[in-house]
Amino acid sequence: MEKFTQHTGVGVPLRRSNVDTDQIIPAVYLKRVTRTGFEDALFAAWRGDPDFVLNQDAYRSGSVLVAGPDFGTGSSREHAVWALKDYGFRAVLSSRFADIFRGNSGKQGLLAAQVAQDDIELLWKILETHPGAQVTVDLEARTVHCEDVTVPFQVDDYTRWRLIEGLDDIGLTMQHDAEIAEFEKTRASWRPTTLPARHLPPAEIVPARAVHADDALS
Amino acid sequence: MAGTLAEKVWNAHVVRRGTDGAPDLLYIDLHLVHEVTSPQAFEGLRLAGRPVRRPDLTIATEDHNTPTLDIDLPIADPTSRTQIETLRRNAAEFGVRIHSLGDADQGIVHQVGPQLGLTQPGLTVVCGDSHTSTHGAFGALAFGIGTSEVEHVLATQTLPLAPFKTMAITVNGQLPAGTTSKDIILAIIAKIGTGGGQGYVLEYRGEAIRTLSMEARMTICNMSIEAGARAGMIAPDETTFEYLKGRPHAPEGAEWDAAVEYWRSLRTDDDAVFDAEVVLEAADLEPFVTWGTNPGQGLPLSGNVPVPAQIPDENARIAAERAIEYMGLTPGMALRDIPVDTVFIGSCTNGRIEDLRSVAKLFRNHTKAPGVRVLVVPSSARVRLQAEAEGLDRIFLDFGAEWRNAGCSMCLGMNPDQLKPGERAASTSNRNFEGRQGKGGRTHLVSPLVAAATAIRGTLSSVADLDGVEAPDGSPLEPATV
Ligand code: SF4
Repeated sequence: MEKFTQHTGVGVPLRRSNVDTDQIIPAVYLKRVTRTGFEDALFAAWRGDPDFVLNQDAYRSGSVLVAGPDFGTGSSREHAVWALKDYGFRAVLSSRFADIFRGNSGKQGLLAAQVAQDDIELLWKILETHPGAQVTVDLEARTVHCEDVTVPFQVDDYTRWRLIEGLDDIGLTMQHDAEIAEFEKTRASWRPTTLPARHLPPAEIVPARAVHADDALS
Repeated sequence: MAGTLAEKVWNAHVVRRGTDGAPDLLYIDLHLVHEVTSPQAFEGLRLAGRPVRRPDLTIATEDHNTPTLDIDLPIADPTSRTQIETLRRNAAEFGVRIHSLGDADQGIVHQVGPQLGLTQPGLTVVCGDSHTSTHGAFGALAFGIGTSEVEHVLATQTLPLAPFKTMAITVNGQLPAGTTSKDIILAIIAKIGTGGGQGYVLEYRGEAIRTLSMEARMTICNMSIEAGARAGMIAPDETTFEYLKGRPHAPEGAEWDAAVEYWRSLRTDDDAVFDAEVVLEAADLEPFVTWGTNPGQGLPLSGNVPVPAQIPDENARIAAERAIEYMGLTPGMALRDIPVDTVFIGSCTNGRIEDLRSVAKLFRNHTKAPGVRVLVVPSSARVRLQAEAEGLDRIFLDFGAEWRNAGCSMCLGMNPDQLKPGERAASTSNRNFEGRQGKGGRTHLVSPLVAAATAIRGTLSSVADLDGVEAPDGSPLEPATV
């Protein structure tokens, strides 16, 4: 996971509340077998509207999303975070996040920064009057800076530490590799392993074919 | 200190205790993988340049998407085909053992683990599938995980986990004839609700549980998740050891003796305390069926569809109204009068050999109700072979049922085996959610005996409705080995 201390990029005002994960990425995109390449799926339903904020040149290359309250509600799909990251977002600001979305973000290195709604309104105003304005998110200082405004944000200490260190869950666990290896040594020899594979004798499996229920009776 | 079964297994797997509310790091003994929830996990490993830490504790099989007909032909649905081909590629690249369509060890992941003898008492078992709770029947701590966690286990063979609470579910006495372990679990879920087990590991105990076969125990543990529980467990005993002995991956010789000695210690201490307790009398049980759209909306078959106006709790009333409308039922009608279009016998809940035997014993002496479509889908290719060796396939076909290759099939309708809108099924699977078996499909969850009796009569029925027939058990018609 990439380390996150400070990030500066174009701010995108998304004046909507209750942006659920179905809006962030519609279910049809969940059938894919990859975990990258979801940039086209982000806000797919809204992207068809030429007036949608990401369809305006000034915001197109945005990397800090400034959204209304209750961002990321609904289904627990991790694809929502993948889509935001693939598009290029590094941080989402909102006055309230759904728990699961916040948890998934932390795991994937996307900063979900909680900013008071009054400050969100302030940022929206600046970003709308100065399209393309840069926003700086400082994770060490827990502040958001845009033009002449600096506002604080909240993020829990544990997530902040992990983001600053660039540690995902797996990376964190791997720091305890020696303890895992130590534990493995104590594993009883009769505990099963899948390899080398043991089987009953091989046998041929005959493919079933369609039968009409009535044929079988006659 | 005195401990419950679940606590003993947990404590034996703690690599690192969490401090200050941080989770414990738990070692995972067996990781089962299938095509639907694993692709992004493998992709994550690839992106981070990480290997699978313990391919020798990992096993993959194809089940959710696989067709149950024409398995030698290319898979028609492109999404299913892609997922299965991706699993095959990932298994090859990362050195993971895989049992593919057409292989004698292919099947539903929760059948494959036990039948190979990989699922053993005292293990931690995970899979990206909520019905992993099935393996708890062996006294293993087994639970479903999400895709990020699948990746975490592949990379580290551990999981950071917050502790759980424990609930004892004691079932006293003996099951009446014609009832099965499926009726026990449906009655438990109807009693404690679909959220009643939230945050708990359930331990099933009592005389009625002790006398069940391994397969019947798996049915109960399988549906723990439908009560919202993290996992379900049953302490291992002679029945468990008997089932395991001689299986391909069971310990042998001195190792077997050492294992059994340890396994015998895996029981809840007499003075251990559970966080919650529920008691049921087996003698009170009847064949159970669901009438609604969640597994908690179930009643004894002798009952009637609820009348919402008589339900005092507002939320329950609204839920019942909605369910009855979706299910196309009339409030107050007798459950026995509900006609079905399809009978599905299969899934990781009730697609095992004993289930098929008990169904075949009823089919053998009866004819199918006209117009009812009957699908029999074994839970694994080995189960199919075993059934064929016992001649069950002939009985199914003569009865007018379809005899399919192994897989999840109509349990979730990811393959072509689906209900059409408005169609009604009596199903031995585990979920009756709206659209679970196909868009607009209506599902009644039942035991294999009720499913078979329903196929014979055409309406929801029990063995008692078939004149002069005694409820069959799971013993073979003809002894057979494969
Ligand atoms: S049979 Fe049904 S419940 Fe079991 S693993 Fe397959 S889809 Fe899940």
